[in-house]
Amino acid sequence: MDIGKDLVAASATPLVMAILSEGSSYGYAINKRVGELSGGEIQWMDGMLYPLLHRLERNGYVEATWGKSETGRRRKYYRLTDQGREELAHQQRQWQVVDSALRGIWCTSINLVLQGN
Amino acid sequence: MSTLEMTQKLEERINEWRAYLDQHRAIQSVDAEELEDHLRSQVKTLGEVGLDDDEAFFVAVKRLGDLDSLSKEFAREYSERLWKQLVVSPGGDEAASDAKRNAIVAVGLAIAAGISIKVPELFGYNLEEPDDSLNFYIRNFSFFVLPFLAGYFAWKRGLGKVNRMWLAVPFVIAALVMNLLPAGGEGHTVMLAAIHIPIALWLTVGFAYTNGHWRNHDQRMNYVRFSGECFIYYTLIALGGGVLVMSMMFIFNSIGLNAEEFAESWVLPCGVVGAVLISSWLVEAKQSIIENLAPVLTRLFTPLFTVLLLAFLGTIILTGSSINIEREALIGFDLLLVLVLGLLLYSISVRDPHTPPGVFDVLQFLLVVSALVVDMLALWAITDRISEFGFSPNKVAALGENLILLVNLGWSAVLYGRFLMKRSAFTPVERWQTSYIPVYAAWAWFVVLLFPIIFNFQ
Repeated sequence: MDIGKDLVAASATPLVMAILSEGSSYGYAINKRVGELSGGEIQWMDGMLYPLLHRLERNGYVEATWGKSETGRRRKYYRLTDQGREELAHQQRQWQVVDSALRGIWCTSINLVLQGN
Repeated sequence: MSTLEMTQKLEERINEWRAYLDQHRAIQSVDAEELEDHLRSQVKTLGEVGLDDDEAFFVAVKRLGDLDSLSKEFAREYSERLWKQLVVSPGGDEAASDAKRNAIVAVGLAIAAGISIKVPELFGYNLEEPDDSLNFYIRNFSFFVLPFLAGYFAWKRGLGKVNRMWLAVPFVIAALVMNLLPAGGEGHTVMLAAIHIPIALWLTVGFAYTNGHWRNHDQRMNYVRFSGECFIYYTLIALGGGVLVMSMMFIFNSIGLNAEEFAESWVLPCGVVGAVLISSWLVEAKQSIIENLAPVLTRLFTPLFTVLLLAFLGTIILTGSSINIEREALIGFDLLLVLVLGLLLYSISVRDPHTPPGVFDVLQFLLVVSALVVDMLALWAITDRISEFGFSPNKVAALGENLILLVNLGWSAVLYGRFLMKRSAFTPVERWQTSYIPVYAAWAWFVVLLFPIIFNFQ
């Protein structure tokens, strides 16, 4: 299954912020976690994560610090700020509305779709 | 092949990849470092599941995405680096011919502006004689420069037909108002309009510069940056022009010819208007030069202006003297505060919003606070004078400007304070300044259009 580009783009921000709400992390690990969570269905070009993280940083939702990786190279870690937590809660509510609306309509019509009528 | 050779080859590959990445100027080296870390992590994971170095490297590079679109994505996030993207990405030949075309159009428009300022002389208006005809030039000065500049950007950005019409409207209104205003009484409102119309029209040029996207905050910031850099280029050209004119007069003087008249009636006026177009073109054509120079200048002058304002406030406190505002002093004060605001705006526009607060930000905060206090003192002196002598166009204009600055500086101080205490990101400081720009435009148009009516063409 290919998830549309727009849908991936729209869900990337809350997804990344939610992953960071589990604790601070770095780019590669975040990407890996996205893969785990979606069973590999949600995918983007790995590099595209970084402009997204930098935008979140500029808006004050995440904070970045340079740390060390296990091999001793410099690695940039990201952490969700309080402002980011608020924003995440806000986005969560929006997604819940979308989700419940879709569920509502699918309960009544999904059988028809699946039966191919 | 031994394992050691394998890793060496991988290192080489990664270094080559990194060098190629570094050519994309929208991706700065810290970002490249972050991407490199990603690549290495990916290669390692793939190696663990059984791929050899070569395979792992190629898969990892492929997953990272092609560098051109990645660099575009970075450029979009860092719109202040956008021009770098533009400089590098188009193919060599096309870029070169584009640059050449820009140069030709810019120089052509500069010459046209230079000629336009001499055209009214054919109809008997004289630049040099300070009578009614000088009045013509005072009223119309902006129209020998800014329409050409607006035209340049409309052409360069490929402004749409509808937007081009919107761009023309303010110029037409301005031209009508400036020439129909009756110079009754002492001509105060005409003079005020003449001072404010360049501001109003400069912001109108911003509409063309941003290709109609004037609501976009990043675009507004780009225009602020452009304005500051244009100012610096203009100053440099003016200095060089001054030396040129002096040399010219000197050498012609040595063979018994007086070149003063030629300098005053041709070189000076044509140069003054033409240089605006040349510096606007240079800002974009030779971006990397000014980009290195301008932040240095702001870093140099921010502390100096801070010291100046603090010394001034200290003297007032020590001697207990109050500001005695005559008309000249009033203009001087406004000029000083506008300069400080310009300095503030420009240094905000070149600041990397990602860096945490540092010493320079403390200085900037001090500058804002001291300017705020000076502004309050000036406001106090103005209201004092108004209550003593009543309203006049000049005093009300000064009052309005100082109030506008007061609001800007006051809220800037609050936002800067929050940023310094690490309670918020830098973005709100930027956002506040870009959101405030329409206020200047509204005030400038208000002075031009409504002051004459309110004050009965005094």
